[in-house]
Amino acid sequence: MSEPVLTIRDLRLAFGGRRGHPVLHGISLHVRAGEKVALVGESGSGKSVTARLAMGLLQESPRVHATGSIRFDGIEAISGGRDIARRRGNRVAMIFQDPTSALNPTFRIRGQFRDVLRSGDRGISAAEADRRAEAALAEVSIPDPKRALDSYAFQLSGGMNQRVMIAMALANRPALLIADEPGTALDVTVQAQTLGLMSDLTEKRGTAVLLISHNLGVVREFSDRVYVIYRGRIVEHGTTAQLFAEPRHPYTRALLAAIPKISGGGLPDLPERSPEFESPLIVHEGCGEPVEARA
Amino acid sequence: MTPILELDRLGKTFEADGHSVVALADVSLAFERGECHAIVGESGSGKTTIANLVLGLMQPTEGEVRFNGVKLPGLRSRQQKRAIQLVQQNPLSALNPRRSVGASVRLPLDVHEIGPSRERAGRVAALLEEVGLDGEMARRSPRGLSGGQRQRIAIARALACEPELIVLDEPTSALDVLVQARVLQLLHRLRVAHGLTYIFITHDLAVVRAIATRVSVFQKGRLVETGPVEAIFSDPKTAYTRQLIGAVPVVTPEEAKLRDAIRAGSEAAGT
Repeated sequence: MSEPVLTIRDLRLAFGGRRGHPVLHGISLHVRAGEKVALVGESGSGKSVTARLAMGLLQESPRVHATGSIRFDGIEAISGGRDIARRRGNRVAMIFQDPTSALNPTFRIRGQFRDVLRSGDRGISAAEADRRAEAALAEVSIPDPKRALDSYAFQLSGGMNQRVMIAMALANRPALLIADEPGTALDVTVQAQTLGLMSDLTEKRGTAVLLISHNLGVVREFSDRVYVIYRGRIVEHGTTAQLFAEPRHPYTRALLAAIPKISGGGLPDLPERSPEFESPLIVHEGCGEPVEARA
Repeated sequence: MTPILELDRLGKTFEADGHSVVALADVSLAFERGECHAIVGESGSGKTTIANLVLGLMQPTEGEVRFNGVKLPGLRSRQQKRAIQLVQQNPLSALNPRRSVGASVRLPLDVHEIGPSRERAGRVAALLEEVGLDGEMARRSPRGLSGGQRQRIAIARALACEPELIVLDEPTSALDVLVQARVLQLLHRLRVAHGLTYIFITHDLAVVRAIATRVSVFQKGRLVETGPVEAIFSDPKTAYTRQLIGAVPVVTPEEAKLRDAIRAGSEAAGT
């Protein structure tokens, strides 16, 4: 089994300082090189803040008090800081739920893409950057890359913007891509295309993915391994095959039962909340935490 | 029996900057009393335009909408307005944050002069209880309530008018799955209990399968397929419907089997 690229240990987070509002109660998870891992949960479960902490986007906020460990490539990032971002460089990239608002509306795609490529290769010429941007856009099936580069985000469809975001995120060959609800704002057919594209490209390049989603169907189709998160705690962890064939935690079972199915069948009478949902973590066979080599 | 609602050669074209955009073209469709009729399609399919035309929020450029056999005029009577109600997608913006929950539910009772005014407070509490909330919630502000609670309040407000038809515009798509399941069950119970007719607008085909009795599929402003829910899922007639069902992310082997069969059908048909 390959080495983990991202290892999160006992991550705790409170908003509003040490005695503030607790959001995460000790999250542990890992993503190995080239692996597609999903963190699935409902709104308010803490899945997005976990992703933002892993990306290093929250640590510097004065309202945030985070403890535990977030190691990427052996670099500890729990305290964040510019230094971490620099040392990690372009090894971690992120894509967001709403691609149209993630792109800058006042610059053409061309300029934004150049900036991304320059952050990975300071000496790159404008012509070379444009050539690489065009190739990257062609790779995500954008029909006329030159025209897309000359467009503003608001001139492209949501699906096109999502593909531009994927191309930008992967342009500097990151080891890990964090994808927060990609395609949720898009139509189902466009969402399916986007996920297929992201899956193919990351597989081809051996990029590991941490997928954040509330959609168990998306998780089942995209990921190799799944963590289910409920109110700031991981409640079940298994391979995608294990989890969907034999969900064991009451919360996971409730989620799976509550999803309407295209094959029909009535909806079960389930509570929105239950003390049972807070029962302890269940880890499926063969999915324990990796032992890290000591330095 | 006359359908409760008929769209007759309905069309809507928007004019802007010398361009014209056809939002809805030549749609004829009947809604039977008591059914939950799902309107399905992707963005730009015309779903919301249908809702707006049915609610009288905009006027058609072609054709007409008939309610209980009578053409709905540009300016509707109070009774016509009261009979067709709306529940919106986003429960967070559907309620006035400056008004208490009770005041929001009471407003239509006052506007339409439903029941004697001294009984209206009791009616508000009864409506809240009917949607599974505590009658005491009337005193609270919608601030701090969950999305599911707010959507129940929006449903209670629509029910206050004692409508015949409710347009549900993506009523559960902003909710978590466990909350969604509860709200879908509530909607089903209310329809049966009150003999309501629903126009259920959604892009989520699995939700359609769970709640609808009839489905109409729209693409780029045109009706491409309509039929009973079982028929649409067991034997979709058009490539577009197959494509929509084929794109749904599924969670069980039974669903995957159905979807693969539908995808295979698309390939066999050469689409």
